[in-house]
Amino acid sequence: MANTGKRKGRRERPDLTFGGVWDYAPAPESTDHVDVAERYGLFVGGAWARPRSGKYFATMNPANGRKLSDVAYAGGKDVDAAVAAAKKALPGWSRLSGDDRARYLYRVARVLQERAREFAVLETLDNGKPIKETRDVDVPLAAQHFFYHAGWADKLDMLFPGQDVQPVGVVGQVIPWNFPLLMAAWKIAPALAAGNTVVIKPAETSPLTALRLCEVFMQAGLPAGVVNVVTGDGKTGRSLVTHPGVDKVAFTGSTEVGKEIQRAVAGRGVDLTLELGGKAAHLVFEDAALDQAVEGVVRGIFFNQGHVCCAGSRLLVQEGVHDVFVRKLKRRMGRIRVGDPLDKNTDMGAIHSREQLQRIRELVDAGVQEGATLYQPECELPRGGYWFAPTLFTGVSQTQRIVREEIFGPVLSVSTFRTPEEAVAKANDTSYGLSAGIWTDKGARILWMAARMRAGVVWNNTFNRFDAASPFGGFQESGFGREGGRQGLRAYVRLGAGLLPG
Amino acid sequence: MSVSVRKTYKLYVGGKFPRSESGRVYQPAGNTAMNVARASRKDLRDAVPAARKGLATWSGSAAYLRGQILYRLAEMLESRRDAMLQELRLGGATPAAAKRELETAIDLTVWYAGLCDKVESLLGSQNAVQGPFFNFTTVEPTGVIGVLAAPESPLVGTLALALPVLAGGNAVVALVSEAAPFAGLALGEVCASSDVPAGAINLLSGRRDELALQFAEHRDIDGLLIGGAPDAALSAAAADNVKRVRYCDLPRAAWGRVEQLRQLAWVEPFVEAKTLWHPVAP
Repeated sequence: MANTGKRKGRRERPDLTFGGVWDYAPAPESTDHVDVAERYGLFVGGAWARPRSGKYFATMNPANGRKLSDVAYAGGKDVDAAVAAAKKALPGWSRLSGDDRARYLYRVARVLQERAREFAVLETLDNGKPIKETRDVDVPLAAQHFFYHAGWADKLDMLFPGQDVQPVGVVGQVIPWNFPLLMAAWKIAPALAAGNTVVIKPAETSPLTALRLCEVFMQAGLPAGVVNVVTGDGKTGRSLVTHPGVDKVAFTGSTEVGKEIQRAVAGRGVDLTLELGGKAAHLVFEDAALDQAVEGVVRGIFFNQGHVCCAGSRLLVQEGVHDVFVRKLKRRMGRIRVGDPLDKNTDMGAIHSREQLQRIRELVDAGVQEGATLYQPECELPRGGYWFAPTLFTGVSQTQRIVREEIFGPVLSVSTFRTPEEAVAKANDTSYGLSAGIWTDKGARILWMAARMRAGVVWNNTFNRFDAASPFGGFQESGFGREGGRQGLRAYVRLGAGLLPG
Repeated sequence: MSVSVRKTYKLYVGGKFPRSESGRVYQPAGNTAMNVARASRKDLRDAVPAARKGLATWSGSAAYLRGQILYRLAEMLESRRDAMLQELRLGGATPAAAKRELETAIDLTVWYAGLCDKVESLLGSQNAVQGPFFNFTTVEPTGVIGVLAAPESPLVGTLALALPVLAGGNAVVALVSEAAPFAGLALGEVCASSDVPAGAINLLSGRRDELALQFAEHRDIDGLLIGGAPDAALSAAAADNVKRVRYCDLPRAAWGRVEQLRQLAWVEPFVEAKTLWHPVAP
């Protein structure tokens, strides 16, 4: 029999508000140990270079809208120079023994760990995400990626036994703004471990930690040209991925741009991996541990302000517990602390940019217009900068824009299902396929459901967990290729098996 | 009776042998007496949902069973040896070349039959992650894969590309050799007597120029394995639904070398790694 929503014999605890008298005292992380230069050049051939384009652009702190620094704009000639530097460094780096490549990568991991606090603060300043996350997730994971892949550099023959393992060559990488340092690390580390050299373009709005990573490479003594960083906009990215000197392209970003890149490299013999958008289903069954599931759902959608390609943005709750679950969820949402990203108590920081804020507002408006019911907890948003309150839509249908389109913000939609079969059908009713979440106490059902999810990562009774040893990437229009684990490394080697890339 | 009974060369779709819905036929070079079905865009559009159905049965079967079915395919190739040799001869092969090609085909089929239940062990993993989590990666079929046969080899040119895709659990819609379609189409007869589920393998014959782009543009085809040199127009069209695309452009002699054609690396592009996380707690 279906649960009616009220659990027998158990009363919900009263809401403890203390009349608002016990506020959190501000606990801001200090920034005085992080110097931000007025101006940054490009990192080409192991040294800082002025852009041949002659242009610079500003990068802002999304929490107050103030400029942090000016960053060089890489035009076509700058990309040429960076690719040339990577090409020049390739023979030396790829012929270096795996042991020595490993030594360099271990050094990078260690320096990154030593300078972790500095990176966390800088990431928070440039990106707007809470210091709690940069300190505990982004930076430690970035370091782990270098350490983990260092250990593969001298064991490639064990990974592909009996096969002729060769690096692909010069790798062009384009990364998004939502995890600037982590994305740089998880793209650069496997490329280097396998003997490739890299030209990477950080996102236009969050370039500072990737540039600071160059200082780490210099401290680690990484040979010149092995990693080159070109900052710029979409045009810079296009110059890089279409550059004739690039042998492999790795892109993380929107499905729309991913398809453009796939068209741009079509038939050119360029290896390609794409990690694109998502619209993950997050399923809660009646027998789940509901309080834990509420925590998981909150982590799933409000982590990093929802600027996460694998965010659990489509909540599907089994009918019998819908009402009680939504009630618990709303109460929990009221406890999310939105504010100064540098404050160690902050749960949700600033929306990354004006453009992103507009996109979120547009889709939320569409949700209201299409008849879904909007809920936002009372929540005082800071002035200046870009902010959006945690948002929940109930009464949604499968055809609404808020259910179909990737919002990339703190916006969750809730609908219901009755049977596991219906849950599968609704979860898979999307052209994306990056991740999914399942909450149930029944082990057999987890495995049955997980096997049917068209998604590259399935979190069961947890959500939004990441690890360098765990492959990450999507099915369908969420892209192809994996990052992390031995499956991730595969994208950075050629095995001479006679297949050519599309 | 001195007048032989000739065979009509038809398509193989959803376990049945239809003519082209277009009613069109063509005469392969050197065989002007033969009218081979010339598949249309609509035939391809019919084959894809048939493959989607076949995919459910094929990928839903135990890998061990899939291995046995592919092994049965090898048995049927062996038992229909004379018929297959005749099809290869019809395509222009010398008796010796036909025999070699059939040997290669049987050899490959046995090899991939035995691979079916190893793919997960070879390409999956258990991963040591931080924190109290059990984390493992399995591989699953990508879906419906279009195969454009390599023209160099009428039978192996289809089979060597279809087998790795099938071993990964996918369903196949293949366009067989345009110049010598006989052996490729006869594979349908072998499949029909091998417990291959209807729709898991579908075979079309016709003009590659006419159909290749339709394969690339079809939004319910998830990947392409193409015999031949990379083609920018095909690859670009395939981007519309982020298809997985690979080309196999081997020199003619390579299609006769079994060791070159036994490739786990050809399975890899058409399986999707799926990683599961679960907490570990008392």
